[in-house]
Amino acid sequence: MKIDKFWLSVLVILIAGFAFTKLADNEFYFFTTYVVLQGLIMAVAWNILGGFTGYVNFGSAGFFAVGVYTTVALNKAFGLPLPVLLLAAGVICGLLGLAAGYLTLRLKGVYFAIATLATALVLETIVNNWKFVGGAAGTYVLQPKGSFIFDNYIELLFMLMLVLAVAATAISRYLSSSRIGQGLAAIRDDEVAAECMGVPTLRLKLISTTAMGALMGIAGAPFPFFVTFVDPVSAFALVIAVNAIAMPMIGGTAVWYGPVIGALLLGAIQETATVTISSELNLLIVGVMLVLFITLAPKGIVGLIQDYKKKKGANNG
Amino acid sequence: MGNSITVKDVEAGYGSVRVLHGVSLTVNDGETVVMLGSNGNGKSTLIKCITGLVEPSAGEITAEINGESINLIGKTPEEIVDLGIAMVPEGRRLFPALTVEENLTLGAYRPEARAKIDENMKFVFETFPRLEERRKQLAGSMSGGEQQMVAVARALMSDPKILLVDEPSVGLAPILVSQMIAKIKELKDIKNLTVLMAEQNFNQAIKIADRGYIIVHGQIEFEGEDTAALENNDMIKQYYLGV
Repeated sequence: MKIDKFWLSVLVILIAGFAFTKLADNEFYFFTTYVVLQGLIMAVAWNILGGFTGYVNFGSAGFFAVGVYTTVALNKAFGLPLPVLLLAAGVICGLLGLAAGYLTLRLKGVYFAIATLATALVLETIVNNWKFVGGAAGTYVLQPKGSFIFDNYIELLFMLMLVLAVAATAISRYLSSSRIGQGLAAIRDDEVAAECMGVPTLRLKLISTTAMGALMGIAGAPFPFFVTFVDPVSAFALVIAVNAIAMPMIGGTAVWYGPVIGALLLGAIQETATVTISSELNLLIVGVMLVLFITLAPKGIVGLIQDYKKKKGANNG
Repeated sequence: MGNSITVKDVEAGYGSVRVLHGVSLTVNDGETVVMLGSNGNGKSTLIKCITGLVEPSAGEITAEINGESINLIGKTPEEIVDLGIAMVPEGRRLFPALTVEENLTLGAYRPEARAKIDENMKFVFETFPRLEERRKQLAGSMSGGEQQMVAVARALMSDPKILLVDEPSVGLAPILVSQMIAKIKELKDIKNLTVLMAEQNFNQAIKIADRGYIIVHGQIEFEGEDTAALENNDMIKQYYLGV
């Protein structure tokens, strides 16, 4: 039986991740990889709508924050276990994606981007005025007791994030290779033509906003336990939305592995810079890299490699 | 087991601009009917009404598919394609960043066509051998004539019974226009299609048409029962033949 290379890599990554939690004892590694993985899920989610379908979402932080505040609210009200919170965040943000998609998808191009930005601002205003979850002042969240089979809670969160990142990537890979992905690519290329061919454009766009929303919500759900203090400024942070766009752009938006490459690269650079230089440098790094890639390599790293291969092939042939 | 289209008193437009003012026409089973008229007279709008891309404000559009009469008004483009009505849009409208093969696969999006995808792909490659040679090439990087082949082939991938062709001659060299027109006739005969074609190029269109309509300012000005009637029409003489 032939084992799929993708699933084999998944298995290796998960085993390596688990071994890492047993071998490494400096908690710093888990904190830093958690942030990179969180960015990866956001990037993969953004790319489902932005890369495959061609609709640019500037409001990613809004979906992320709704995931964050779902956890805060449900944890405070009922003290639900983490898996339930993840599920709830996924469902709520999926529905939010569906609703936002239904209301905004008749807008094209820059107008759609503005609408998504406005959605995030509306959500932030709501949270700012919602006393139960701390309002603008923020709130403390206690980590649950016990850490399953791990030595401490951060290891558990790291492993959880790794599993979620792998799952998000698998979903995105499935979407891109399936019939849904073909339809999304048709919408990205020429929406009217797609409609002429009988591609159910509205349904496919709603599938992609729903998947995007759900994944972003799930990425945000464990965040309160990671930082233990949540306020709207950190949950709706500009860097979250900017990274979600920058990572796929740098990696390459046309294929499922583009955002993965971009997230690992940009995330690693940002985390290194945070430790060695200053955390204020993050946005500057994103900005500079984004400008460089948009001007020099608009198709991202994946595009650069493809072009290089093509050139090599042309020279040999 | 007929496949036909009946358009009755259709009015349509974009916003406050009215384009069609009570257009009626029929395409009978197995016919090739041509809609003649210069730019801006409503040919494309009528085709868009039939495919559900534009909703008429008044009038009826019905299709007969395998003898069953179906009201097309209010149906989505997706549902209309599912019935077996395919469209070659004006200006080709390919997916430029996708390969020829991917473009063709997207033509077969409807479930019924999906089952026959290999068979139909083989058929269009036999009809347009050029496309088989270039199956991995990006559609946007091909010449105008080749792109038109992809557009026609893509429509055929949906395994249609009725084919709507919107201005196949746009942007093509004269020799390619006549090749494309001949190809449409050939496909029509092999696949037993019912064809409605919008065209400006009278001399080319008349080669394959059974009959035709002249559409001026959103109204049918003349209905030619056969090609001779069209050729002898004063308007045609004036506009196209220069006599």
